This record gives sequence, structure tokens and C-alpha cells, in this order.
Amino acid sequence: MTALHAEWTKVRTVPGTAWLLLGVVALTAGLGALAANAMPTGGDPAKSALMGVALGQAVVAVLAVAAVSGEYGTGMIHTTFTAVPRRLTVLAAKGSVTAALSMTAGAAAVLTSVAVGDALLPGGFSLADGPVLRAAAGSVLYLTLIALLSVGVAAVVRDAAAAVGVVLGLLYLTPIVTSLVADPEWSARLQKLSPMTAGLAVQATINLDQQPIGPWQGLGVLALWAAAALLAGAATLRLRDA
Amino acid sequence: MKHLIHAEWTKFRTVRGWVVGMVVAIPLTVLIGLLGPAGSSFSCSGPNGQSCAGQTPPRGPDGTPVMDAFYFVHRTLTGDGSITARVASLEDAEPWAKAGVIVKRGTEVGSSYAAVMTTGANGVRMQYDFTEDLAGPRETGWLRLSRKGNTLTGATSPDGRRWTTLGTVQLALGERVEAGMFVSSPQHVEREETFGGISEQGGPTTATTTFGDVTTDGDWSTRWQGTEVGGASGMDNGFTENDGEFTITGHGDIAPIVQSAGSLGRTVESALIGVFAGLIAVLVVATMFVTSEHRRGLIRTSFAANPRRGQLLAAKAVVIGGVSFVVGVVSAALAIPLVEQLEVAKGFYLFPTSAWTEVRVIVGTGLLFAVAAVLAVAVGTLLRRGAGTVTAVIVGIVLPYLLAVASVLPTGPAELLTAITPAAAFAIQQSVREYPQVSASYTPVDGFFPLSPAGGFAVLCAYAAVAVVVATLAMRKRDA
Repeated sequence: MTALHAEWTKVRTVPGTAWLLLGVVALTAGLGALAANAMPTGGDPAKSALMGVALGQAVVAVLAVAAVSGEYGTGMIHTTFTAVPRRLTVLAAKGSVTAALSMTAGAAAVLTSVAVGDALLPGGFSLADGPVLRAAAGSVLYLTLIALLSVGVAAVVRDAAAAVGVVLGLLYLTPIVTSLVADPEWSARLQKLSPMTAGLAVQATINLDQQPIGPWQGLGVLALWAAAALLAGAATLRLRDA
Repeated sequence: MKHLIHAEWTKFRTVRGWVVGMVVAIPLTVLIGLLGPAGSSFSCSGPNGQSCAGQTPPRGPDGTPVMDAFYFVHRTLTGDGSITARVASLEDAEPWAKAGVIVKRGTEVGSSYAAVMTTGANGVRMQYDFTEDLAGPRETGWLRLSRKGNTLTGATSPDGRRWTTLGTVQLALGERVEAGMFVSSPQHVEREETFGGISEQGGPTTATTTFGDVTTDGDWSTRWQGTEVGGASGMDNGFTENDGEFTITGHGDIAPIVQSAGSLGRTVESALIGVFAGLIAVLVVATMFVTSEHRRGLIRTSFAANPRRGQLLAAKAVVIGGVSFVVGVVSAALAIPLVEQLEVAKGFYLFPTSAWTEVRVIVGTGLLFAVAAVLAVAVGTLLRRGAGTVTAVIVGIVLPYLLAVASVLPTGPAELLTAITPAAAFAIQQSVREYPQVSASYTPVDGFFPLSPAGGFAVLCAYAAVAVVVATLAMRKRDA
């Protein structure tokens, strides 16, 4: 509990945190507004209004990576491990605080996007609609899982620039490569494995049968990626000198 | 300045992680590039049960994949001569349905030709060897094609008396050629864009028109013969002759094949999809090259050694830009042959690229890496934070490409994104060409960027230049 409090104090007192949280909301809602404005007829309203998540997740990754890598950069990590020698406790505390922050910022970003989308989209849409609610709640969870994935990767990689490079590479590269795979079976397989494509399947509200993976299953794939990254992070923290 | 560059080079060279990161970018580019074709196998089959893999389209005289299917009413012309005909306009036809007179090396598909034609909605044109197109007047009327050796001259006239020359071209034709009248009508395509992607619907069409007052000059064989060039189509093609008036129905198209998303054709740039992975590695190293100096406080030593801060930034840009250029060129030069080899083995066909274009794509990839790295150095100087810098640069260069090309944005926003963001620079890798005489979708998804190769690259350069200027000003004003 004290570890949690310590992590919260660290995050709270770094001036960058507030800007990053604001960035998540502004960028997510901003891109969402552009996409909603450009939606062609027959498009998925929730998916276009929430398209900003593709951009907002990058800021979430920065926030999460900074929580871990920032300490390695300044050498603060030695102090942290002296104060709390149980390294997994430190990782758990960092993960919880980052996840909670990302969830809060994500919720604000998604709610803003939904409100903006409601105003811009012809016909509008609302959270009272089951699939829209699933898309919105799923997007918040998506951003939270991205934060956990980033914490895990940062614990392994340590350097901030490299960790963010790995996370964004993992997220952004798979859809680009998938677009060139001509075999539909292979393409579907890659889409099911890709953390971004699978995870964002939760945003679909129409043509669910044409999605590569079901909405909750897709989010499950991302959860597996996040769990794997956290496990790898925990293992390296245990085995390696700070 | 020289000693500064040397100092920065020493810094770069002696940090193992940076050198490894830059070197790793090369196999990363190749391996990710190989993933595309490696994950492609064909389970589809053609009309006779044969696999559709390895089927290559016919090629024109210069190797371009082409469509060459039309209804041909022809006689053999030996030596010089000409053909003149009055063609009725094509009513209710596809915009690029064609009817006119043609001189072709033979009836085999892909052979050299020149033709003067009226079209469904694009006026009179003179076209030759599939890729070339000369526009003529809007109104149709009389068409004439004359041959003198290997020189072909096309002309048109509204009334059969006042003639306008459309063009004169040199073609490699034999002594004996097939010449006469033709009609073609391409596939009707309706594109519908949704957020799930693009769906195309349509089907084959035919066009019918009449040719009158057909006169020939020179040594022609006696009988008009009808041939479906490109093989029997099962469509209702054919011709009838009545008092010197020919009514001809044809389908198909005489045109280059345009690369489109999901086709079995592969271009040079599709072999370079791994560039995104290599680029991310290069951007991470370029960022660390600056931000780690701030983090470790080395920047104070650097500034003490050389108080001119702008020079330090310039030296860093030169070193990291130079290294990134080499990495980009080597990555592209290795990825293109290796990926293309696998693509051919998997049954794709390759769009031929001139040596000059290939050099432009390879050097262009190097330039793209270099300028992107300089952008990262400048943004890193401004932000002084590794994570923020890498994110800003990746989000600026890779995310717009992802949204425009590999994602689901409709064409309008996709073209905007690939014109105004740093992702515009990927135009420098575009090898495919737009043909005004072929209706096709020329969108970023299909590999067509809104800006020219140089123009797109200039957009990235502009971003980098602005970032360098702002970073220099900030560095001068700010304490280290």
C-alpha cells in the first residue's frame, strides 16, 4: 500500500503527467472528430468517432513508459528499490497507478469523443445503445491494457526511447504488414494476433460477422499481450541488477 | 566544424547499443518485408481448375503488364499504306469504350500497335503500345491511320475533308501488319467505400458501333476477317457488313494494367513494406543520440567544449543523417531483390521497373531515413525526452501512413493525410504510374500518392527544416 502511495506521489508531482493526460484526451477526441466528419455512408459510427484511440494510445504509451524508464534515466530506480526491495511490488504498484491514470484519461477521452461524434455524425448515436456502450467501454479498457503492455515492455527494455519504439512498432507495424498479405487465411490469422487490430475490434458496432475476431475476444488478445509483457518485465526485474 | 563532426561520430561509434540498433534496422527491413509474401499462398483456382498463382498477364512491347482484348476486323497490309473510316459515336458506352482504326504487328496479344479511336466519353484519341495516349478533339467523325515504314501517323476530321494530325509515332513493326477496325469496351466498375474497406462491383460490357466509307490505300489482302484478340470471351462479339457499312460489337480493353490493392501484381515499393520497422529502429537511435546527452548531463560538457550550440546540432544532424542514409540505402538494396525473389516464387507477378526508377526508390529510401532521423534529432533537442520524441516522430510519419494506406479511411481524408503529414515522403518510393487513359482507383490504398516523389519528400524536408530552426532557437535561449 505504501508502495502504491509512493508511486502515486511520484506520478502526481511530475509536471509532465498532467500534460500527457490532457494530450490523451485532446488527441483522441481531435482525430475522432476528423474521422467522424469524414465518415462515408454505410460506415461504422462508433468506429469512426473512436478512431482517435489509434493516436491517443501513443500518448498513453509515453505516460506508461515514463513511469518506469524515467526512473532508470535519472537513477531514481536505485532509491526506489532500496526503499521497496520487493521488485514485483514496485512493478505492481507502477502498473496499478499507470493503469488507473490511463483508465481515467481514457474514459475522459472516450466520453469526449462520443459527445463530439454525437454532434458531428448524421443521426448521432448514444451510449444507451448496447453496441455503442460496448465500443466505448472497450476503448477505455483498450487504453488501459496498452498502458500495462507499455509498463511491461519498459521494465524489460529500460530505455524510454527504445521502449516506446518497441511498443509503437508492435502496435503500428502489424496492420501495415497485414495489408500486404494476399492470402485471406493468413491475413485473418495475423489480424487476430495483432494487438492493435484485434484489440480495436471491440469498437465495431456493425457487420460484426465481417470482423477478424469478436469484440471481447479481440480485447482478450490484447490482454494476453499485456500479460506476457508484464510477466517478461517481472522476470527481468527479478533477475537483473537495476 | 570538422572536429565537431568527428567528435559526434566518435560518440555514435562508441555506444554499442546505437550501432547495434542501426545495423539491426537492415535485417529488420528485409525480414518484415519477407513476411508479406511469405504469408501469401493461393488457394484459388482459375476457370479450368489451374491455380491462379503464377499466372502472369500478357506484357506489352516494353514489358508492362497489359490488357489486350478487343474485336478486330482486319486485313493484312504489306508495306506502306493507310486506312480511313467514318465512325459513328459510341452511345451509352463506358467512358473508355473504344472504336477506331488500328495497325498492329499481329493478332497475338501484347504486340505493338498504333490506333486512332473515338471513345465513350473522352473524345478522339491516338494511342500506341498500350501506355501512350494523345488527346484529340471532342467530336468524332473520320479517322485515318497511315503507315510509312515504321512511322505511323494518326489523323481525324469532322467531315472527311479537313484533316488534323493527332500524332506521328515510331514503332517496331514488321513488313506485314494486321490492320483494320476495332471495338473494345472495358469492365464496368462501381466502387463503394465503407469503413470496412472498398467493395467493387461490376461486370463485362460490350459496345457496338458502325464504320462507314472504309477506304484503304496500299497492298492489302482481299477479305475482311473478324478476330477476337485475347481469345474467345463468350461475349456476343462479332461484325456484319452491309453495303460497305460495318457494324462491330466488341468487349475488352487495350490498356496497361494498373496496380490495385489486392491484385496479384507486386511493385518495388511493396517489397519495401519492412521499411517501417527499419525506420522505427533508426528513429529510436537518432532520438537517443540527442536525449541521452541531456539525460546524462554530457550536453554541458559538449557545450563547454563548443559554445556555439547551433553547430553542435548541425554536427549531430550530419552524423546521424549520414549513418541513416547508408542504413536506408543498404536496407532497400537488400530488401528489393530478396523480397521480389520470394514474391515470384509464391506466384506473384512483378511490375517491371526501369533501372532509373529502382535507383530513385533505393536512394529515396536512404534520403527518407536521413531526413526522418534529422527530424528526430531536432524534436529530441526541443523536447529533451526520449519517449516523447520517439512517439512524436513515429506518430507523425508512420501513423498517417497506417491510417491512409493500411486502414480504413475513405479516399478523401487518406489523400489529405498523405499530402500534409510527414508520411507524404513515402511518395518517393512510388514506382507505379497513373494513366489518364485508364479508369482505375488511384488512391493511397492502391499505392498512388497525391504528391509527386520529389514533392512528397519535400513535405518531410519542410517539417525537418522547421524543427531544426525551432530547436536551434530554443537551444540558444535555454539553459542546458
